[in-house]
Amino acid sequence: MAAVDVIGLTAERAAAMLRAGECSSEELAGAYLERIEAFDPALHAYLHVDPEHTLAAARAQDQSGNVGLAGVPIAYKDLLSTKGVPTTAGSKILEGFIPLEDADVVARGNAAGLVSLGKTNLDEFAMGSSTEHSAYGPTRNPWDQTRVPGGSSGGSAAVVAAGLAPWSLGTDTGGSIRQPAAFCGLVGLMPTYGTVSRFGVVAFACSLEQVGPMTLTVRDCALLQQVIAGGSERDATCVGLREPIVLPEPGRLDGVRFGVPWAELEDGVDPGIRERFDSSLKLATELGAELVDVELPYARHGLAAYYVIAPAEASANLSRFDGVRYGLRVDGPDLRSMYEATRSAGFGPEVKRRIMIGTYALSAGYHDAYYVQAQRVRTLIRRDFDAAFLGVDAILLPTAPTTAFPMGARMDDPLAMYANDIFTLPVNLAGIPALSIPNGLVEGLPSGLQIIGNAHTENTLLRFGAAFEQAIGFDPVPPALRGGAA
Amino acid sequence: MSAERIELGPDEVRHVATLARIGLDDAEVERLVGELETILGHVATISALPIADVPPTAHSLDVAGALREDVAKPGVTREQALTNAPDPSVDGFRVPPIGS
Repeated sequence: MAAVDVIGLTAERAAAMLRAGECSSEELAGAYLERIEAFDPALHAYLHVDPEHTLAAARAQDQSGNVGLAGVPIAYKDLLSTKGVPTTAGSKILEGFIPLEDADVVARGNAAGLVSLGKTNLDEFAMGSSTEHSAYGPTRNPWDQTRVPGGSSGGSAAVVAAGLAPWSLGTDTGGSIRQPAAFCGLVGLMPTYGTVSRFGVVAFACSLEQVGPMTLTVRDCALLQQVIAGGSERDATCVGLREPIVLPEPGRLDGVRFGVPWAELEDGVDPGIRERFDSSLKLATELGAELVDVELPYARHGLAAYYVIAPAEASANLSRFDGVRYGLRVDGPDLRSMYEATRSAGFGPEVKRRIMIGTYALSAGYHDAYYVQAQRVRTLIRRDFDAAFLGVDAILLPTAPTTAFPMGARMDDPLAMYANDIFTLPVNLAGIPALSIPNGLVEGLPSGLQIIGNAHTENTLLRFGAAFEQAIGFDPVPPALRGGAA
Repeated sequence: MSAERIELGPDEVRHVATLARIGLDDAEVERLVGELETILGHVATISALPIADVPPTAHSLDVAGALREDVAKPGVTREQALTNAPDPSVDGFRVPPIGS
């Protein structure tokens, strides 16, 4: 059988090829599996691949006839439970854990006929911005293998950028979809809180996290959001979509009002990132949009508020890992010493740090000063966005203040690592959606443009994203992979 | 990045670790004292904001009690529930003695 060329292949195009009979799902999956075997040992983007399982699923799709998206492969972040398939959350404490059920988003993928290629690497329990905090070793950036792919969904970003999957699912608690999408030249969507079910997502910070698509194009992003969004009776916080997701067409932006929070851009933004951002603002005006000054005075306190709220929720969520019902157990003479030995051996340094911060912030005497105060800041950040959206259709910011940083550069400085999420985490605190699209290269590395909208404006964001995407004209295939050589 | 001065001692770190049920060796305690001082010093920058009258937000979604129909459905069996257990017994999870 002729090998299918999957480099730069969008899921939309793959689905069309399957429907037209130009290739089978088995051939398509086989082409990705060959590339995974050849290139993943260097990138280390997958934690689990089972070729027999994948090919059998692809054959089953071929037999039932490929309609819609059926037969298109996908990769899942290893934070998403997959029935009968190991799910580690990037942690030693879950090594060998086999979920009894699929996450709702995986079940929805299966129902649409998507074929899983495997589970992707992540920072342990999604706590990190570089995928270096994975207990199974770091993932490398396909654009420059000396650099990080971002995180925590770094594996999900790297597999799509490297042509080891046409698209993937990530999760975003403080930027974990958008920042790796930006670092790897992809489109990433953090949906409105409550539009996508979190059932079966290994929980880190429940009030902040959502599952979302990581794709080569804005249209692929819309297609995958159509698959995963919707209400669920297994997640009480899942309200579903207010309107169906529409496939966007690129067009002009006449009459659109974009808010720009200039004050947030004054410090800590790399000059190259700023240049790319300014250039896209100019494009917006050329497409007919108007730029409006907006102020988000409390957004700068988002980092501090986030690093109370997220660790506080994590310290509670991760109490379930106690060596009793699943995962690692390190024995001790009594129950308490077993708990302490298990959690000491099973959690990595960043997870321990965050559990310690969260436990401290929730402990007697500190609860009001830290946790309640952070929640007040959260209210004010939401109010800032509410006020801004009275006058604008969306807010523009860089996705991250830098491009992908060198591996190891921030591992000894937790605050510097956290600060890379300065533009993304206020969005999680507010529970609103944001789309990151590739915004051109800075010294050969991708950068991201973040389009932030009010709750339930995904269709608007996707339409704006499609307009920018066409105007920017970014090629999401890393140079080393072009021309079919690799 | 601005920061408040936060001082933690090893005993305070050990106390928090006890609350969190994480065993730490002395080297880890020493490292965490410095790291937590730095991180908490940054997060404490919000403690002085004059916002005591602002209601706290625990959750961005304004939705109350999304309930499904109260109908019994098949769930996980006892046998299934024990498949991932590190030390299953015939009918439950075996653990070390509770008191020492």
